[in-house]
Amino acid sequence: MANEVVDHGRRRFLTATTAVVGGVGVVAAAVPFIKSWEPSARAKAAGAPVTVDISKIEPGQKVTYPWRGLPVFVVNRTKEQLDALPSQDNRLVDAKSEGSSADQQPKYAQNEYRSIKPEWLVLVGLCTHLGCVPDFVPVMKPEPFDPEWKGGFYCPCHKSRYDMAGRVYAGVPAPKNLLVPPYHFVDDKTIQVGVDPKEAG
Amino acid sequence: MANVFTRIGEWVNERAPNLAPTYRKHMTEYYAPKNFNLWYYFGSLALLVLVNQIVTGIFLTMNYKTSAAEAFGSVEYIMRDVEWGWLIRYMHSTGASLFFVVVFLHMFRGLMYGSYKKPRELVWILGMLIFLVLMAEAFMGYVLPWGNMSFWGAKVIISLFGTIPVIGSTLVEWIMGDYLPADATLNRFFALHVIALPLVLLLLVVLHLAALHEVGSNNPDGVEIKKGPKGNRWDALKPADGIPFHPYYTVKDLVGVGFFLLIAAFIIFFAPTFGGWFLEHDNFIPANNLVTPSHIKPVWYFTPFYAILRMIPSFFSTAIWGVLGMFGAIALLFALPWIDAGKVKSIRYRGTGFKVALGLFVLAFVLLGAVGAGVTAEVIPEWFGDVDVTFWENAFGRLMTLIYFGYFVFLWFYTRLGWEKTKPVPERVTTHD
Repeated sequence: MANEVVDHGRRRFLTATTAVVGGVGVVAAAVPFIKSWEPSARAKAAGAPVTVDISKIEPGQKVTYPWRGLPVFVVNRTKEQLDALPSQDNRLVDAKSEGSSADQQPKYAQNEYRSIKPEWLVLVGLCTHLGCVPDFVPVMKPEPFDPEWKGGFYCPCHKSRYDMAGRVYAGVPAPKNLLVPPYHFVDDKTIQVGVDPKEAG
Repeated sequence: MANVFTRIGEWVNERAPNLAPTYRKHMTEYYAPKNFNLWYYFGSLALLVLVNQIVTGIFLTMNYKTSAAEAFGSVEYIMRDVEWGWLIRYMHSTGASLFFVVVFLHMFRGLMYGSYKKPRELVWILGMLIFLVLMAEAFMGYVLPWGNMSFWGAKVIISLFGTIPVIGSTLVEWIMGDYLPADATLNRFFALHVIALPLVLLLLVVLHLAALHEVGSNNPDGVEIKKGPKGNRWDALKPADGIPFHPYYTVKDLVGVGFFLLIAAFIIFFAPTFGGWFLEHDNFIPANNLVTPSHIKPVWYFTPFYAILRMIPSFFSTAIWGVLGMFGAIALLFALPWIDAGKVKSIRYRGTGFKVALGLFVLAFVLLGAVGAGVTAEVIPEWFGDVDVTFWENAFGRLMTLIYFGYFVFLWFYTRLGWEKTKPVPERVTTHD
């Protein structure tokens, strides 16, 4: 039964098609394994909105609440701190939050205070560099990392600095202002994190 | 009895006739240059540490619990309640740091004697791959105790991938399997740390050695003994300046092993945390996703690369430049055989420019390590008093980063524009009889 003549064209065609079909099979078989690394249904379900009582937060104080496992800072800013904000504008990367940080807050918080009510600052407390939790350094006094410190947030990981509105200073590793999550005021004493004002109706 | 062993040997030999020749090829008839010095201990020591990591690692998995809720407690359980568990764990954690000590010295040897140059490029590339996998392996191992530094280290390192445009944030979620390092992350890191990466590592080590034995070892003189005169005491056709790896270098390496184990044992018994360098203080606190350790820093062996990451600021509203710089620092080492076009291998016969550049390169690497570990942030105010620490740390770190990358730029021009004035390379190794 031995073939006298080998048909090389036919042999190449068969080798190539077998390799292609086999390759497609390998890629298809890899999909479930790759997809298995995505957040599971349980992990996704854990991202519900969080309602917090802010009546006990004193002026100048910061409280951290977990939302989706992320630390959310709620700061009650003093008038002095709010008044100092404009003085920092020329030291910041994007003071108006209209450039690189345009997507770092919902539209209703895209203002000079980056908040719905001027005194209440709500931020996701994760540095926009590599996601560490910045320290809250509210006192206006010369600091080793900034002799002209007017209060704000300082990241211990890579020394990024943000002002009292979570706006990033120029010349630090972090590229953007701290993220303002969707939130709204249920009443004067309560905010809900994870839901926009219009969604809440 | 001897007769029984001989017959077993013959029985095996009939069924696997290539076994004995393979052994001879890699051991008793592998002719290595006779002029190896102290720098040639670190390859075999790396192998020793690898075996230590595998053996102690297997025993650690017997008591470790792979879950975010139980991991930290199970490590403490190993430390306190498991018989000799503390020793096994400290052997593993100290072994990890010493692995990098010997690997760094092994790599420096390669730089110094030009072991990456033709015909050993493949040996070098396989070695660099080992280094890369080793870093991944060490990083994931560091996450497993689920201390606060484990958690934040994982968060920072995984976030590096988030700086990649477009796909970054999806990629980060895919790696973590959650929106922050969580149970899913810990479990997959465990799987990679104890089975996937060790398999890759072992395969690469076998290939590294196979590639080395194809071309033969380099030596402190950087001369090819295969091109020299033939004929030694054992074989008329083999290099005159070669000696059989076994027993000559196995016995030499045993001396190194003894010395190394003495140091390792001292650390394991008397200074297992090594003052916070091998095991960081913040990792004795359970993982807490709401509180970052006040001084987050990677373990010492990552600090030079970490410093490069930190020293490059973000611009064009992306932080990817630091990440590119960090990975570029490693990628350039891969390309070294083609960056350095110099024909002379060993530092002994290379130009003064090369010696100075290599010295500066090593100095910059070590000082970048100090920057990454936060040492400079501590000593600047101590030494210079009331100055702007951030400014001076950045200035210093950026200068060191420039020197690090400058090494490769300098070598490129130095070896291509005829600036290098080399000394004559001897025909044979200098210690031949």
